[in-house]
Amino acid sequence: MNVAARARDWVPAIIVFCAGIALWQLSIEIFNIQKFLLPKPWAIVHACWTQRHTLWSAGWLTLKEALGGFAIGSSAGMLFAAVLARFRRLGSALMPIAIAANAIPIIAFSPIFNAWFDPLSPAPRMATAAVLCFFPVLVNTLRGLTSVRPAQIEVMRSYAAGEVAIFRRVRVPTALPFVFSALKVATVLAMIGAIVSDYFGTFGSLGITIKNSVALFDFETAWAAILVASILGVLMYIAVSLAERFALQWDPTRQERGTA
Amino acid sequence: MSVVAIHGVTKTFPKGNVTALQEIDLEIEPGEFVSLIGPSGCGKSTLLRVIGDLIQPSAGSVDVNGKAAHQARLDHDYGIVFQDSVLFDWRTVAKNIALPLEMLDWNRAKRKDRVEEMMRLVELQGFGDHHPWQLSGGMQMRVAIARALAFEPPLLLMDEPFGALDEMTRERLNIELLGIWRRMESTVVFVTHSISEAVFLSTRVVVMSPRPGRIAGVVDIDLPQPRTVDTREDPHFFELVTAVRELLRGVGADEHGSVPAEETA
Repeated sequence: MNVAARARDWVPAIIVFCAGIALWQLSIEIFNIQKFLLPKPWAIVHACWTQRHTLWSAGWLTLKEALGGFAIGSSAGMLFAAVLARFRRLGSALMPIAIAANAIPIIAFSPIFNAWFDPLSPAPRMATAAVLCFFPVLVNTLRGLTSVRPAQIEVMRSYAAGEVAIFRRVRVPTALPFVFSALKVATVLAMIGAIVSDYFGTFGSLGITIKNSVALFDFETAWAAILVASILGVLMYIAVSLAERFALQWDPTRQERGTA
Repeated sequence: MSVVAIHGVTKTFPKGNVTALQEIDLEIEPGEFVSLIGPSGCGKSTLLRVIGDLIQPSAGSVDVNGKAAHQARLDHDYGIVFQDSVLFDWRTVAKNIALPLEMLDWNRAKRKDRVEEMMRLVELQGFGDHHPWQLSGGMQMRVAIARALAFEPPLLLMDEPFGALDEMTRERLNIELLGIWRRMESTVVFVTHSISEAVFLSTRVVVMSPRPGRIAGVVDIDLPQPRTVDTREDPHFFELVTAVRELLRGVGADEHGSVPAEETA
């Protein structure tokens, strides 16, 4: 697909986006909506500019928390999955527990992490984000590592391949699409984990900027901070998607089929 | 010395207490092309996997090239081709063919040369950088054959390799396979549902019967080599097809001697 065609694909989305903003601005004028309910889009953009120094440093702090948690939680999830895939009995003992743990609202532990770790360091927020990322990455990676076709294992065994070679050459490539799906979910969870933990009093963070601005009736700044958080979340998601596109170039389900 | 020597092989699966193979004795000499044919559940795929040390027999012994099947597998004594080509989607055609060579620790240059050679053999020159899903079913099967033959194993095991292909592609690949077999001077054990395919390809057809899986009879195929498209019109070809069909009828196969699904468990 050429660049022009690709750009054309985006046109409908851009139109809908602009129409949505216009509708937003217009409904505030028509229905006379108070700014504590919903500020005008333009006022939010304006606040972004006037508060740029606060937002920049707050955004950077929260992004570090989210990225740190994402990296720690996702790596731990993948590592655990590799161990559980190797020792199946351990896996079948721990998997029900992991799935149950996945259903726990981990965000509820956030204040506890503040007690466990130094609340002035980013550690408690990273811990919350990491635990949020851990379970979906673990469950999906394990599913990927174990969903190898038996015939592919037989082919490898016919070459006298050992477990390590089978893991590297068959299990890991099979698992990659599963891993990337989980990582995309994890970027969103990491951002949620960081922001919500911030609410419990991280000085100079995005979460606390939102909370304090609301307390001071400075709703434009609160919305500006939410906008920054959204942009950071989207950027993390895009980064993982690009890595996925690069790593899974071979995947037939991801591209137009050109038959030889 | 036999390439494959099977003595008293029995295989029972604990699940459902199925006797997949019972007291199988079979010797395969170098350069033979032996087909295993029989209705579903006769254990022909199981027997192939026992030869390849992918399934352990419950009793009896299998020797390949004068050593235990397990050692033969570790020594890379055979190549195997399954019904579904079982290519690795994330590898290009060239890298799929190179996979067994990687397992043998061949260096890059040596691998590249051999892959080129194999792609010429199966007439896939220029497709090295394609991914498997970009090829037709027949081409994918040729890649699988090239991969199985890349390290020149003395024995080629094939489990219904052309079962999923259309009749025209199948007949063409039959002739190509015979050409490769002659050039490589290898021994082939070939599992199939098709009587005419078995007779056309083989030097010997082993007819198996189900429940429990046993050898019901062996038909020597004395058609002249090399086999060509005309072989299928030779009156003797039809006599041999009839002989195999009669044997299959005796073991309870249907009119065509073929049942679509074969358990491989």
